[in-house]
Amino acid sequence: MKFVGKCSAEFTDVYLKVTSTVAGPKEKKGPLGSYFDYAYQDNYCGKENWEQAEIGMQQKAIDLALEKAGLKTNDIDLVIGGDLNNQLAITNYALRDYDISYLGVYGACSTCVEALIVATTFIDAGFGENILTITSSHNATSERQFRYPTEYGGQKPSSMTSTATGAGAAIVSKDASTIKITKMTIGKVIDPNLYDVQDMGRTMAPAASVVIKQHMEDFNTNLSDYDLVLTGDLSKYGSDVLKDIMQELAKPLKDNYHDAGLMLYDTKKQNVFAGGSGCGCITLVGFGYVIKALRSGIYKKVYRCTGRL
Amino acid sequence: MKKEIYQKELEKKQIKRPIFLNALKAFLVGGLICLVAQGILWLFKDLIGLEKDKATSLMYIVVVGVSAILTGLGIFDRIGQFSGAGTIIPITGFANSMTSSALESKSEGIVLGIMTNMFKLAGAVIVAGVVSAFISGTIIYLFR
Repeated sequence: MKFVGKCSAEFTDVYLKVTSTVAGPKEKKGPLGSYFDYAYQDNYCGKENWEQAEIGMQQKAIDLALEKAGLKTNDIDLVIGGDLNNQLAITNYALRDYDISYLGVYGACSTCVEALIVATTFIDAGFGENILTITSSHNATSERQFRYPTEYGGQKPSSMTSTATGAGAAIVSKDASTIKITKMTIGKVIDPNLYDVQDMGRTMAPAASVVIKQHMEDFNTNLSDYDLVLTGDLSKYGSDVLKDIMQELAKPLKDNYHDAGLMLYDTKKQNVFAGGSGCGCITLVGFGYVIKALRSGIYKKVYRCTGRL
Repeated sequence: MKKEIYQKELEKKQIKRPIFLNALKAFLVGGLICLVAQGILWLFKDLIGLEKDKATSLMYIVVVGVSAILTGLGIFDRIGQFSGAGTIIPITGFANSMTSSALESKSEGIVLGIMTNMFKLAGAVIVAGVVSAFISGTIIYLFR
């Protein structure tokens, strides 16, 4: 690994072996529904409560990833993962049935990418052969954790985002495969002093613009070098602001820019307000759709960044 | 990066909320709820012939009961999304906030779950009520 610029690094030989995605019913009905490996029929996923449902989703994602890679649990040297709940309860409970060492990471909406960054760094530094990353979010558990009870009848504004229900696992490995993880840039905390908790997209947009700008400066590249620039869950309003800020910085985002929160759902029909959010959102879009597109050659270079709130 | 750049962009892109439309919907739905409740009150008082106090209490029980059932069936939050303040300001909102909190915390057990969390949202209403009653009571006591 080589440290580049202010806060970036270049990796030498790290590959993304397999990814697996498990989606909730609403995500399955969305435009990317056919890209997910498995989908549940209802939000309870056949369990008694939502927390258990999310645990089940994570375990399903881990099992699918292992099955796809043809590996057993003792081939995995470490699991790095997280979710949105207090003390990473979901990930901890999900992993008690597996005999693998585990590191928890919490980056809220950016957990998926954060876990990938940590796993890639570990592999590059020589820590084992295969590291599995696992991320999940569940609409109802995060509503309970951060917002109101699910049946509460308060009016939600159009700027509200809807937490995605889904889990995704990836195996980062030293073995060469078609997808190579090459570069990373780590962002900063940017507080734009907005006070509306129902307007997360706009709040995260400045931080996203800072990290994209930093990435371009550190590697001296242009965004047009990428086939896809993907943000996590800025939603409709957030990605509008991001486009304007980048325009102002004289580094405009072109047609290759997309936001996972807007890709996951049909925002006009699916009643998700400004779009999807949560760490399940970029997980499903990234591990489900983008990875398959990379494998089939639609995209060659992809740059992913997420806001973290 | 300069702070001014994103502050300026954020200010330029304020989200417009449909205040007039929201107020109209709230007025219509809230008004409809009050009309129905008044009808129930007439039914108990004038048709069945109960005393005014008893009829009022019974009317409350019916309205609260219906909101609680609608919450449990998962219908109330959809009505609430449409009408906003129209369903949250009347006693229907109070019933909904209690029932939804109780439902939400069911998985945590009866005492530590339901009983602890039932007033999580409605608590603000009760505190506001007690504090404002105390203030207005003090003013009336001192200046009457």
